[in-house]
Amino acid sequence: MSGPPSPSPGPAPRRAGAPPAPSHLSAETVERARELIALYPEARSALIPLCHLAQEQDGWLRPEAMADIAALVGVTPAEVYGTASFYDMLHTEPVGTHLVSVCTNIACLLGGAAELLEHAETSLGVNVGGTTVDGAITLEEAECLADCDRAPCVQVNHRYVGAQTPESFDRLVADLRTGARADEIPRHGTLVRVRRSVGLRAGRDRVVAERAAMAAAQAARAEEAAAAAAGRKEGSA
Amino acid sequence: MADRDAARPGAGQDAAEATVTFTLDGREVTARKGEMLIAAAERAGTFIPRFCYHPRMSSVGVCRMCLVEVSGPRGATLQPSCFIEATEGAVVDTLSDKVKKAQDGVLEFLLVNHPLDCPVCDKGGECPLQDQTLAYGPGESRFVEEKRHFEKPIPVSELVLLDRERCIQCSRCTRFASEVAGEAQIDFIGRGEEIEVNTFPDLPFSSYFSGNTVQICPVGALTAAPYRFAARPWDLDQVESTCTTCAVGCRVAVQSSANRVTRLLGIDSDPVNHGWLCDKGRFAFEAVNDGDRVTEPMVRIDGELTPVTWHEALERVADGLRSAAADGPEGIGFIGGARLTNEGAYAWTKLAKGVLGTDSVDAQLGDGLPAAAVLGLPRATIDQAATAATVVLLAGDLREELPVLYLRLRSRVVGGDLSLVELSPQATASTPFASVSLRYRPGDAAGLARAMVDDTASLPAGTDPAALAEARRLTGSGPVVVVIGRPSLAEDGRLVAEAARILAEARPDCRFLPALRRGNVLGALDMGMAPGVLPGRVDLDDARAWFAREWDTVPERAGRDTVGMLRSAAGPAAGGSGDPDPTVRVRALVLLGADPTGDLPDARLAGEGLDGAEFVVQVASSTAALSTRADVVLPAAEAHERPGTTTNIEGRVTRLGQKLVPPGQAWPDWMIAAELASHLDADLGLDSLHGVWDEVERLAPAYRGITRSVLEAAGGDGVVAPLATSGVGISRRSVPGPLDPIAFPGVESVERQGAPPRAGFAESPTAVTTAAVATGGEGGAADASGREDGGTEGDGPPARPPLLGVPADLGAPRVPPTDSYTSRLVASRRLYDRGAAVAASPALAALVPEPPVRVNPHDLDDLGVAPGGDVLVRTATASLVAPAVADPSLPRKVVAADFNLPLAGGSIADLIDATAPVTELRLETP
Ligand code: SF4
Ligand code: SF4
Ligand code: FES
Ligand code: FES
Repeated sequence: MSGPPSPSPGPAPRRAGAPPAPSHLSAETVERARELIALYPEARSALIPLCHLAQEQDGWLRPEAMADIAALVGVTPAEVYGTASFYDMLHTEPVGTHLVSVCTNIACLLGGAAELLEHAETSLGVNVGGTTVDGAITLEEAECLADCDRAPCVQVNHRYVGAQTPESFDRLVADLRTGARADEIPRHGTLVRVRRSVGLRAGRDRVVAERAAMAAAQAARAEEAAAAAAGRKEGSA
Repeated sequence: MADRDAARPGAGQDAAEATVTFTLDGREVTARKGEMLIAAAERAGTFIPRFCYHPRMSSVGVCRMCLVEVSGPRGATLQPSCFIEATEGAVVDTLSDKVKKAQDGVLEFLLVNHPLDCPVCDKGGECPLQDQTLAYGPGESRFVEEKRHFEKPIPVSELVLLDRERCIQCSRCTRFASEVAGEAQIDFIGRGEEIEVNTFPDLPFSSYFSGNTVQICPVGALTAAPYRFAARPWDLDQVESTCTTCAVGCRVAVQSSANRVTRLLGIDSDPVNHGWLCDKGRFAFEAVNDGDRVTEPMVRIDGELTPVTWHEALERVADGLRSAAADGPEGIGFIGGARLTNEGAYAWTKLAKGVLGTDSVDAQLGDGLPAAAVLGLPRATIDQAATAATVVLLAGDLREELPVLYLRLRSRVVGGDLSLVELSPQATASTPFASVSLRYRPGDAAGLARAMVDDTASLPAGTDPAALAEARRLTGSGPVVVVIGRPSLAEDGRLVAEAARILAEARPDCRFLPALRRGNVLGALDMGMAPGVLPGRVDLDDARAWFAREWDTVPERAGRDTVGMLRSAAGPAAGGSGDPDPTVRVRALVLLGADPTGDLPDARLAGEGLDGAEFVVQVASSTAALSTRADVVLPAAEAHERPGTTTNIEGRVTRLGQKLVPPGQAWPDWMIAAELASHLDADLGLDSLHGVWDEVERLAPAYRGITRSVLEAAGGDGVVAPLATSGVGISRRSVPGPLDPIAFPGVESVERQGAPPRAGFAESPTAVTTAAVATGGEGGAADASGREDGGTEGDGPPARPPLLGVPADLGAPRVPPTDSYTSRLVASRRLYDRGAAVAASPALAALVPEPPVRVNPHDLDDLGVAPGGDVLVRTATASLVAPAVADPSLPRKVVAADFNLPLAGGSIADLIDATAPVTELRLETP
């Protein structure tokens, strides 16, 4: 493992204070991160979506980005690292522009996945998990990708590219390298689903309004409860 | 927050009273409602094996070692007893075949990837995995495949190493870091078979509390650098004692081998430390083993300290003191005493005040608070602070000064049970979780306190009215405890004490916890080591008659404090600083462990004072702390080398254990005082350690009833002085039970207290009876029993003097108004500084930081200096150039720096003027 560069050399600062301003994430990413954080009652709930945002910016989760995320959601960098390293789709070590996943689960195995993977290793000149020297392709072995009827199943940057033979695989790799399929397969990290499903389409105003309504309702309930408690106390006195 | 405050009292009581009854292995057992099965079973005498469960942390149920069979509607099922509550009518089986099979299976599973390198593992011999495998595990493993491999071991910090192969993923260390310390710098990285504990790349586990993870790790995965391969557990000998590195007084097990301390482990004292220690307390023992110890009495001959016999040295001291007292006993001053035991402190006080007749004795080195305030304000216990509605922090950064007190309060605050109101000139480690942080400029503490209790008082400039309103609301009702210390060493302690006095006057139910950090400083004050007081928290004038009955003499009038003694010794010539009482100049100084040139905030005054004194005696244990001005040096025993008692910030008296023989000719301090008295042709009347304590108990009013047998019966938790009024009796240890060897592995027996008697020092302990405890516990009863105190009753003996009360006037100096060019200095403390304990402990010395000067960002802007650039800091008498960073937490015109730390460009102690109420300075470009 090539040790990720140090985000802040030397021991952690002892003195508490305002968290350091994000220094690695771009202004645009930070802006979107803040919008995401606003969606949750607890800032740290936005941790995983923020990891995706950072991965979109850099193609993988750099330590500097994790340190920024930690400051944004109010946890330690170690906690961000711990969470991110749990998930296969968050990469805490560098990956190529294209992450090629070959499924070797049962249906694909029967459909020739082992042979395909062996071919991929030879033709790319890397082992599973490795990245080609030009940084274009990272080869990954995957469990069932839920596309078993088109075995052996391959995904590039989590987009299905259909069943592959050794020959079609080589064409696919060539196309990825030339950018011929850049329209349908953007570079690794690019978000589609995460962006859509986290509700940013709802608009900031609506989110703010809904949160205010929620807070009001909570306060009202708390007040009711307090009043009831006071009533009980008087009753018993 | 308001809801939480309102809800507290009722909720707590209900929970304490409600119980449930269930069946445990065929017996009826009663548990507290909400108690986990594992804890209820333990209290009932049934030990259920466990790894991840820890009585002081949240349950997570991850290791599955504690599975028991619980019968329910769906039949008997295996459930983790650390993760389910005891419920009414439950039927629990901890011994069934199914349970045994489960335990066997869990252990076999845990051992699949365990390297089994016990022969070279530090934990071997005290390892819960080893022990529980033997007791509950499989005889044999069926796993023949390759185990996982990691580099072993890797450092996660300067002090802690991690062997990931040995880790069983119990999450005790990560839970400790995030829950207890609040510094989650280690976490589980990866998943499944790749999971490991680790830090963020290049961001070490730099918590002050990292050593606790080593202690609670149930395997040998985490090891402490100073203990690695130092000993085998079965070769260690243990004594129970109290840490006196700071004044929290955490309970410790001191373990040694071959007359060297090998390690310290935390013991769970329910009222104090809950088993935790800070790394300074845990690792500073290296200083005791250190070679740089003073081992023989020395006298300065032709400028060189030359070893002599005790007799010669004491003769020399006696001569020097006699001639210094030629104009009157006030010619002699005693500085220091916080490192003494209570017995040592009493003996020295008796020598100074009762034989020599000088009241110029001060255990505080200009960095404390007036004794009248510390001893007179109603005292809180740590538990009272933790369970109050609001704690007001008017002290330095607790994490830096009293680390485990910080832990105790922090856990309550983040748990939502306690509100924190912080009054401080700068942000501290407590700021992120304080409800309100009121910033003030040095000198404004009393004004701010006044504004908090009086709506009509004028606000100190720059006070945020909204924050003040919130502070008023939080302190307006419910129990309030004020933690009072020194937010800045460059602000006269009387100003802070005056703030406390104002709060005490306005809120008579307010209690106070003194945040004084030096070892046994509270014990020394209790033993009378401050001007104007006598042993037992009594006023000199009130108690004169009482002590005159037994002592040769009692000082005529109140003496000088440390700053006063040094000013007087320096003489009118030095720095033009006049002595408030010039009639009798201080000519001889006795330094009790203290080298004021390192410890006094004002380095110039310390130097001038020592230079001006004609005769300087230093009682010391480490050569590193020796003053170059000492004429005679007397070698003293250190912590772990002497039995006795100590008193913590709460006034809790606990017993110290002796594990080592003092090096060379070093003596325990009380003995030095007693011998010196005989060279002064007096008899201190103290000829054994127990004899000293008996006299303290008999004469010192606040210690009335705290007899040796009461202390012995109280065990490790000790008793809080004074017994009668504190309302705190002898607490019974509640967590963990005596059955839990897994909570703090390595602590041989928490109940054992065995200071082995040293010939000539200790008597055989008197028989302990529970009756003695009962009498002592009620305190008042001891008085009422009419026990005889002296032989003079028939002549109408003087009445026992009253304990000090809230002082009416502390003589706080007036703070001069300021102009817009002048800044004020804040000098704060860090845990690892250049003090002797850290310097002589290699593991800690490497951690001493070199922080820059801190300035409000606007002030830095105005100067045109970029953050990190150099600034010139100039006072009336001194100046230094140092790098400065912007600190937005500081008010305008406040400059902060850390005391007793390396600073590029000089030392902050050169700037501090201890004789001024605040230290004023100009900030300029160099
Ligand atoms: S290092 Fe020790 S305490 Fe931490 S998870 Fe592993 S076994 Fe548990
Ligand atoms: S907090 Fe104080 S008493 Fe406790 S371990 Fe640390 S130095 Fe020792
Ligand atoms: S087995 Fe390959 S996609 Fe399901
Ligand atoms: S699961 Fe109960 S002790 Fe670990």
